[in-house]
Amino acid sequence: MLTLAVLLPLLAALVLVFWRNADEGAARRVAIGTACIPVILLAAVWWQFDLSDGAPAFQSVEEARWIPSLGVAWRMGVDGMSLAVSAMSALVFLAAVAWPAETKGRARAYYAWFLFLEGASLGVFLALDLLLFYVFFDLSLVGMYFLIGRWGHGDAPRAALKFFIYTLAGSLAILLAIIALALGMDPLSFDIRELIARQPLAGQALPAALVLLGFVFGFAIKTPLFPFHTWLPPAHVDAPGPVSAILAGVLLKMGGYGLIRIPLSMMRETFARYAFVLAILAVISIVYGALVALGQRNLKRRIAYTSVNHMGYAVLGIAAAGAMAGSEAGRQLALTGAVVEMVAHGLITGALFLIAGSFWQRTQEYELDAYGGLTHVAPRLATAMTLAAFASLGLPGLAGFVAEFQIFAGTFTVYPWLAAIALFGILITAALFLQMLQSLFFGNLPARWRDFADLRRIEVIVLVALLALVVLIGVYPRWLLVMIDSASRSALGSI
Amino acid sequence: MPIGDLMPEIALLMGAVTVMLAALLLPRERQGWCAPLALIALVVSAGLCALQWNEAAHLTFSDTWAIDGVSISARLIIVAVAASTVLLCPDWFRSERRHGEYYAMLLLSTLGALLMAGAADTLQLVMGVLLSSVTGYVMAAYHRDWALSLEAGMKYFLIGALTNTLMMIGVTLLFGMLGQTTYAAMTSGLGGVVPSGALLLGLTLVVIGLAFKLGAVPAHAWMPDVAEGAPAPAAAFLTTAPKIGAAIALARLLMLFPPAAFAWQPLVAALAAATMTLGNLAALGQTDVRRLIGWSSVSQSGYALMAIAVLGRSAEALPALLFFLAGYAAAQICAFSAVTHLRGRTALDHYRGLASTRPWIAAALTLSFLSLVGIPPLAGFVGKLTLFVAALQGGFAWLAVVAVINTVISLFYYLKVLSAIYFAPPATAAVAVLGHWSATALWVSAMLTLGLGLAAQPILDAFRSANMLP
Repeated sequence: MLTLAVLLPLLAALVLVFWRNADEGAARRVAIGTACIPVILLAAVWWQFDLSDGAPAFQSVEEARWIPSLGVAWRMGVDGMSLAVSAMSALVFLAAVAWPAETKGRARAYYAWFLFLEGASLGVFLALDLLLFYVFFDLSLVGMYFLIGRWGHGDAPRAALKFFIYTLAGSLAILLAIIALALGMDPLSFDIRELIARQPLAGQALPAALVLLGFVFGFAIKTPLFPFHTWLPPAHVDAPGPVSAILAGVLLKMGGYGLIRIPLSMMRETFARYAFVLAILAVISIVYGALVALGQRNLKRRIAYTSVNHMGYAVLGIAAAGAMAGSEAGRQLALTGAVVEMVAHGLITGALFLIAGSFWQRTQEYELDAYGGLTHVAPRLATAMTLAAFASLGLPGLAGFVAEFQIFAGTFTVYPWLAAIALFGILITAALFLQMLQSLFFGNLPARWRDFADLRRIEVIVLVALLALVVLIGVYPRWLLVMIDSASRSALGSI
Repeated sequence: MPIGDLMPEIALLMGAVTVMLAALLLPRERQGWCAPLALIALVVSAGLCALQWNEAAHLTFSDTWAIDGVSISARLIIVAVAASTVLLCPDWFRSERRHGEYYAMLLLSTLGALLMAGAADTLQLVMGVLLSSVTGYVMAAYHRDWALSLEAGMKYFLIGALTNTLMMIGVTLLFGMLGQTTYAAMTSGLGGVVPSGALLLGLTLVVIGLAFKLGAVPAHAWMPDVAEGAPAPAAAFLTTAPKIGAAIALARLLMLFPPAAFAWQPLVAALAAATMTLGNLAALGQTDVRRLIGWSSVSQSGYALMAIAVLGRSAEALPALLFFLAGYAAAQICAFSAVTHLRGRTALDHYRGLASTRPWIAAALTLSFLSLVGIPPLAGFVGKLTLFVAALQGGFAWLAVVAVINTVISLFYYLKVLSAIYFAPPATAAVAVLGHWSATALWVSAMLTLGLGLAAQPILDAFRSANMLP
């Protein structure tokens, strides 16, 4: 089933490439139809997932030979964490595909690249083989490059180039680290389960530190952490709305997910030794991201920088979880919180970027100062944006709060001082979102936005689906936490 | 004499003679018929070569010629390269008066590359290098009325004449110091020898000679000129086939010298780093796509040298070298097929908006460039992956890091072309292309670029079982 979830979108992309007569509507229907399938498949896997105590960490495993002489195989499988993140990704993809898009007369190519990107992204989260993980990681860069470059606006080719260069630099560092890690196994193997069980490189201080550096460098670019975040704002600003939603909602998660899946799980000793450094980077990202976001007058740039801030929380949770200090329960709490943060951020920021995209479609204007009083003409849009913004700033009862509460509760047991500093981030985020809402929706409506169109029906459906889930996680998070908890226990080696 | 051992080479020679005679006799408008003749010769040669796979590895003709897994694999790749560049010719040379003779040159040049791959004797190696060079000069300068082509041929010739002479001096020195020319005898002579200045100088000069064929520092300067000025099918051939032969020849020769005493591994690693860095930095500023591909080809030689640097330190080095060369050849020929199929258009501006006017050619070129970068699951990815595994296993982690940095740099110029193709509005409404022959070559090489990556296992297995004599 997992294999199907990855291959069907890729296959549908191929169909769109060869189906010459497909018009905009047909291509769109194919894309939406295909994007539904992974959601259904992953829901089924979720349903079957065995949460009982003795159950294996990785379930729904599928294996096929690929390059056995290098220890590489097509291995797919999920634990609670990858299931949660991949299910969220599939949903955000469906939302982004369904969102009305400006395809510039190349609908077939647009939807084909989108489905290609979906297959690759799900592959990253579902792969149980490190090399396969890398393959999908790189393919997602290619897909994103073409989506930004061809359908972006402003200086899109430049933004796409910057994105590709930065993240490829990171991914190649990851590749070297992966190979070094796998060479620590005898025989050579890229099987994630084996690598977690055997902890290669344990006890080799210097090589292990270098390998860890490779991983952290690569994933820090992707996440992104300060000071490797500079590719993010141009990529977001120049990308079309749905692509931004995927970039923030899905691609950034690969960084956090990778940190948990590889260095945290496979190099526990080494990770613990340097966890504090990572935590400091995370705190800088939290505070810096929030402050810079506050300074932005461009709607999309502002949301983009809050991603730096939010992913900082996730990494702070991961670093706290990996430190060999504090209480076991606290570290587990931090890790679960980090994963919930990734899920919540995917849904919330996905929604925010989709809405930002509809601003651009209506007005070709991102400057906050150009707006005001939109509540009068676009009440539905204002409601959705307000709800998403409140969720993003961590209002209790919404998904962001659940995640951040757990991260802070867990981190306080490990790094109390860092957690205290990071709390400022929340304060600033609240200020910047409130101020954003104020300048968009309150005050006087400028004359030129008199006929600003409210959300269309399809846009409302998509946003209701995303935001309902945000509320559900906020009010009743148990079903999600149980699932993620099952994975964070084994990731920390407690079983 | 076991004449049967040389059947693949003899088949090529006979083919070249036949083509030459046919070119003399055929009227001008039928000169294209030489292409099928050349193809038949290549297919027969490949078949005979493949038949040797099941024989036990052995040296033949008084130990001057190696028939082992590595030479067979390399020769098969070279013949495949030659065959796909033959496909490019009939359309390209249609307006040439008597281009039948070109196929004879191509077959002889292929023979030279094969000789390099199989040589187990320094004099045999010289023969291979010279045959490949002399025919190469003619092919590079084949458009005798076009200044750029002549310049390319001239540069190729000048650098070649110098390095070939140096190489012959080197071979003489090695013979003088060791008293032997066959590798088998040299190995025993080199057993406990203390490296003398003359021996080291001899080795260095031979390496420089091979670096010329490989397109590596310090004898790389012809590569961009040939890529830009030579007829596009010739450029496709000259930037791939001799490189494969030379890489194998270099590997075979260096393995004779005990690394402990001669310390050639760090030196080759330095050469690799210099070659890839220089090639990539020079490619960055190019606005001519063919020149850009030429410089990128220099940097690819640097990656190939990585595998040679860890020979003897990692069991993966030889399979990595062979696979990387095969993947490189597929992607490089794909790129030049696209250029040829587009009637040799070369300025970057002429590629603008190609994605909307010629989407399939654009897609093939994308595949080729992404494979040269090493994006999975293309051939170049598996090649680079095995190279990195070998480099890390062989203890040259720094070299792998240099290669990674270079790969990121190379992305800049590959994306410069792709960005023009995909993101810019079309420069012209209609883009003319050549005929079915070049389209076939493009299609085949693009499929190989993809297929070698997806189905890497059987090929990698074959390369891993390949051993190298002596």
